[in-house]
Amino acid sequence: METIKLTIDNQVVEVPKGTTIYKAAKQLEIDIPVLCYMDLKALGIEHKPGGCRICSVEVEGRRNLAPSCSTEATEGMVVKTHSMRVMNARKTVMELILSDHPKDCLVCAKSGNCDLQDLSVKLGIRDIPNQDIAEMSTYRKDFSPSIIRELDKCIMCRRCETMCNQVQSVGALSAVNRGFQAVVAPAFEMDLEHSTCTYCGQCVAVCPTGALTEHDHTNKLIEDLANPAKTVVVQTAPAVRAALGEEFGMEAGTLVTGQMVTALRQLGFDYVFDTDWAADLTIMEEGTELLDRLTRHLNGDKDVKLPILTSCCPGWVNFFEQQFTDLLDIPSSARSPQQMFGAIAKTYFADQIKKKREDMVVVSIMPCLAKKYECQRDEFKVDGNPDVDYSISTRELAALIKRANMDLKKMPQSDFDNPLGESTGAGVIFGATGGVIEAAVRTAYEVYTKKKLAKVDFEQIRGMEGIRSAEVDLDGFTLKIGIAHGLGNARKLLEDVRAGKSEYHAIEIMACPGGCIGGGGQPLHHGDLSVLKKRTEAIYREDAGKPIRKSHENPYITKIYEEFLGKPMSEKAHHLLHTHYTDKSKKIIYLK
Amino acid sequence: MSEYKIHALVCSGTGCRASESDMVVENLKTEIAKQGLSDFAQVVKTGCFGFCEKGPIVKLIPDNTFYTQVKPADAREIVEEHIVKGRKVERLLYTDPDSKEAVNDSKSMNFYKKQIRIALRNCGVINPENIDEYIARDGYEALGKVLSEMTPEGAIKIIMDSGLRGRGGGGFPTGLKWEITRKEVNEQKYVVCNADEGDPGAFMDRSILEGDPHTVLEAMAINGYCTGASKGLIYIRAEYPLAIERLKIAIEQAREYGLLGERILGSNFNFDVELRYGAGAFVCGEETALIHSMEGLRGEPTLKPPFPSVEGYLKKPTNVNNVETYANIPVIFNKGAAWFASIGTEKSKGTKVFALAGKVNNVGLIEVPMGITLREVIFEIGGGIKDGKKFKAVQTGGPSGGCLVEKDLDTPIDYDNLIAAGSMMGSGGMIIMDEDDCMVDVAKFFLDFTVEESCGKCAPCRVGNKRLYELLNKITDGKGEKADIDRLINLGSVIKDTSLCGLGQTSPNPVLSTIKNFRNEYDAHVLDKKCPAGVCKSLMVYEIVEENCVGCTACARACPVGAISGERKEVHKIDPTLCIKCGACEERCKFNAVIVK
Amino acid sequence: MGKVKTLDDLRKMREELKSKTALRDKSEHSEGMIQVKVAMATCCIASGSRETMNYLADELDKRNIEAVVTQTGCMGYCYAEPTIEVTIPGKEPVIFGYVDEKKADEIIEKYIRHGELVEGIIPMNYKNIEDTTK
Repeated sequence: METIKLTIDNQVVEVPKGTTIYKAAKQLEIDIPVLCYMDLKALGIEHKPGGCRICSVEVEGRRNLAPSCSTEATEGMVVKTHSMRVMNARKTVMELILSDHPKDCLVCAKSGNCDLQDLSVKLGIRDIPNQDIAEMSTYRKDFSPSIIRELDKCIMCRRCETMCNQVQSVGALSAVNRGFQAVVAPAFEMDLEHSTCTYCGQCVAVCPTGALTEHDHTNKLIEDLANPAKTVVVQTAPAVRAALGEEFGMEAGTLVTGQMVTALRQLGFDYVFDTDWAADLTIMEEGTELLDRLTRHLNGDKDVKLPILTSCCPGWVNFFEQQFTDLLDIPSSARSPQQMFGAIAKTYFADQIKKKREDMVVVSIMPCLAKKYECQRDEFKVDGNPDVDYSISTRELAALIKRANMDLKKMPQSDFDNPLGESTGAGVIFGATGGVIEAAVRTAYEVYTKKKLAKVDFEQIRGMEGIRSAEVDLDGFTLKIGIAHGLGNARKLLEDVRAGKSEYHAIEIMACPGGCIGGGGQPLHHGDLSVLKKRTEAIYREDAGKPIRKSHENPYITKIYEEFLGKPMSEKAHHLLHTHYTDKSKKIIYLK
Repeated sequence: MSEYKIHALVCSGTGCRASESDMVVENLKTEIAKQGLSDFAQVVKTGCFGFCEKGPIVKLIPDNTFYTQVKPADAREIVEEHIVKGRKVERLLYTDPDSKEAVNDSKSMNFYKKQIRIALRNCGVINPENIDEYIARDGYEALGKVLSEMTPEGAIKIIMDSGLRGRGGGGFPTGLKWEITRKEVNEQKYVVCNADEGDPGAFMDRSILEGDPHTVLEAMAINGYCTGASKGLIYIRAEYPLAIERLKIAIEQAREYGLLGERILGSNFNFDVELRYGAGAFVCGEETALIHSMEGLRGEPTLKPPFPSVEGYLKKPTNVNNVETYANIPVIFNKGAAWFASIGTEKSKGTKVFALAGKVNNVGLIEVPMGITLREVIFEIGGGIKDGKKFKAVQTGGPSGGCLVEKDLDTPIDYDNLIAAGSMMGSGGMIIMDEDDCMVDVAKFFLDFTVEESCGKCAPCRVGNKRLYELLNKITDGKGEKADIDRLINLGSVIKDTSLCGLGQTSPNPVLSTIKNFRNEYDAHVLDKKCPAGVCKSLMVYEIVEENCVGCTACARACPVGAISGERKEVHKIDPTLCIKCGACEERCKFNAVIVK
Repeated sequence: MGKVKTLDDLRKMREELKSKTALRDKSEHSEGMIQVKVAMATCCIASGSRETMNYLADELDKRNIEAVVTQTGCMGYCYAEPTIEVTIPGKEPVIFGYVDEKKADEIIEKYIRHGELVEGIIPMNYKNIEDTTK
């Protein structure tokens, strides 16, 4: 590999040709401040638009300052990262950025977790010159069910754009207008709700300021918990327990299942249940559907559609309802675990505790922002009453626990309540990419072959590559599986399906990179995707530690079929646990 | 067949067309026919003559009679008197502003005397919609020679030897740019013509495209051959409908003649040209922004390197040149690199087209040899300052340039001298200011433009220019503080130092150069709260001189806001809190009793 | 018009087209060229000055003599129409009267080509042409 040598702050460093000044400085442990820059190594995307100019450095012989994030180092280059010319420019540019940014940090959702705030501290900004005459660019707030856009706080780092377009290929966000009025928005500045947005929340996950935040339901939740007339039931998604600890200073990948359950109970929830239980239920339905389609296919039924696509990710559902409307009959009709849980909680469980539907509040804790939208969908309401009342993100839960003066680290562990709290390892791995399909295979294998699995772990399915494929031998029949995470990767698989080139029998798709553990509602990783890997490992650790690891062996699942549902894909199951998809490509309304 | 003995050349550029030159053409034709002289005299629609101050222009050939501000109704007289009887129509002749005498032919006009027209050689001479007239004037000869007699390397060497530098503003050596693109190995390359002319007041590219579109097509084909590109794209702003129309006609004609298309002039070289329309963003004149816009992306710049010559349109090597640069190319091949290099200064060869505007007598488009002085341009070609006022400054390089003053007037104009003097060549805008112009206000004017036109991608340009503008506004509003001038300087320097593209790297120039040259005016605004030029309304105070006021009440009646009080035959008073400084009282007063302080 | 297939084709074509704009090229570089002015008032036209002008222009062109033929108003020599003024660079203008095609031919061959004077010169004791056009 060709290398070059350059001098940064009087130290010589040798780096491969093509390295940027910023990365060369990193090698010397010189940390040049950045703002718009974002390095998504695991996705192979380095976002370096060179827009904020905070990382400017002085290069000897160059007329102007160079943005270190996007300037390639060259042989013999002499760089100063902290000359007074640089320091003055950096400070002045920061003052400029702040001069067009609201100063209401005290009530900002991002306060304390804001890149702009941190940088302001680092650069010692104490005053914004001429603020009295400085006009601020203003935009109307945009409230969608999942995401709130408060673009007065946008600093045009364009990270959200990279996530929305390059990673997710959704194409909802791009820069509009010019000059001082420039801002990132859907086309024609329409509301997010009318755009192609899937609410995957990846934009929120990378926003350095409070411009993009989740639609927060915490205050509503406090009201409901304080109301003695309400029975408040909570379900927690598998990915939450693998990331919540990070908000309390714990190492990424620390499992905090037991502590979380205790905290929720202490917060006043009447029943603390587990979405993992509903994940086991999902496998029963989805797995049965897979086997049904597969058997019919093998028996020569030409009408049967394969591959079957998983349907538990609401961002993904939004994506295909808008952009692949010709494929609406391919995904499994099984509802997501969140919605299966809600449907059961407000029927089967409500009957058990003798509560009326209206008196129950079902809350979900999700790593996801699209779940906030999903639970509001009309398909999941009975007489206007939603199966799941609202969804809270991992971040919101962490904030609530802190608000209640609790420290998760010191929290004793306890177990979920029953009957909707017992789950298997199969339910747990729903949180990581490949997990749903692995869980399905564990059950499908035993149901299809009527044999016990010798080895429960299907390592060939796991991993972090964006698109993966695996083959599973079902006693002579080779089941071909495709897996994609990140909607950009999903698009590739779907285009093959559309073109009739796909050979898969089943495809698992998760909207977010890494699956739910990388969801838009998780603790912010600030672009550091190694965090996702640690969360994934935690998920598989929890699975490995479970006494039961196959959904169909969950005694509470067996029980509910016996007592309530009959068998998978029964009429009752259809009514409560399945859904249908509609063409939403026409929902885009061009209005300002 | 005998040829026409008289050619009536009528400008049909955008400016003259707006003053009904099309009707002039029609009427001339009708009148000539009426006189039975259709075989004797010919009416030709041409491109711009440059003398836009006095359009529409009709020039009669061969005696070079130069009629100005011709109305459709004048056609009859021109035909009956001049074309029939050989008598010039006095009242339509151009009058010299100094001698006040009518000028008989264009060659005697100071406006044309010092011009050398290379890029504009065919503008105002040929019918741009007729390829035959272009060919008759050596059109496509250069392409033919290059294709049949030269290797790409050899042809590029001629461009290098000519010393031609990019006319879009940067002044990068054209031959070198071609060489870089040529050396890139790629099966598909592109050549692009940057016709996204955006400087306020500049219209040389438009005039060339409207007056001589084939020269650009020919030069692009030569460029394609030299760099190994088979496809040319012209990025032109949609606000130039006439240029677009003429280009479309030219492309069609060139294809018909086989001068675009496959195996051009019997060679193995294939080349064709397509148009791409811009929506009129100044920043799209920046080549990376231009390329993104052509790709259908947001028109905003990205960091260079990679340069377009290496990675441009659709990630392919792309050679981008400006319209005026292209217009020089065929001539260089026809007349030789040495001939071209004999014009101009040591480091800047050839000519440059400038758009003269502002407080100068002859507003218009001129082409002058590099090395000419500002004084010659402004006082000889431009005919001096309007209304005999005093010259104050000249802004070159458009909103990215700086202002130059009296002491710079004898500096020979070329790329390097202008930069050394604190301004730049830019695309060739030249705005002349006189004693009545307030330099703080001028700086504000240009900043207003850059604030509007910043793409918003990088923070210093997006926010910084806005803040600069606000500070200037504060000063012209009479609220400036001493520290504000230092803030302007610091902010301006940082914007230059940190902005992503040329727009932001130069946008503070008008501010910084006016502070440098006219610090006293800034001080007057800030310290004395006075605008010496009397432009900034907030700093003006209207007062009545007691001794002169006779109490006629004329001013009070003229005042639209009732700010003036006083009984008949008594001294009047202006209430400064009500006064809106419209000047109506001063205009009305016959006794010089109203003064502005 | 078909395709132009070679550089030679292009050059041939240009030679044919050149005459169409030659007048404009000429007027661009008219300094140092022979100037011929044909008086073109109503009476001159009646006497055939337009024919004379056409003849002069076409013939000078045919005989490859670089000259600019323009028209002008009445020169005042109405008795001798058509009248023309010929200016050879470096020489005083000379006015000829009764210039029909034959005379024109003589002027071209003798005066213009060789500087030999021919009959029919009108003495210049009047205002010059520039003044008469005012």
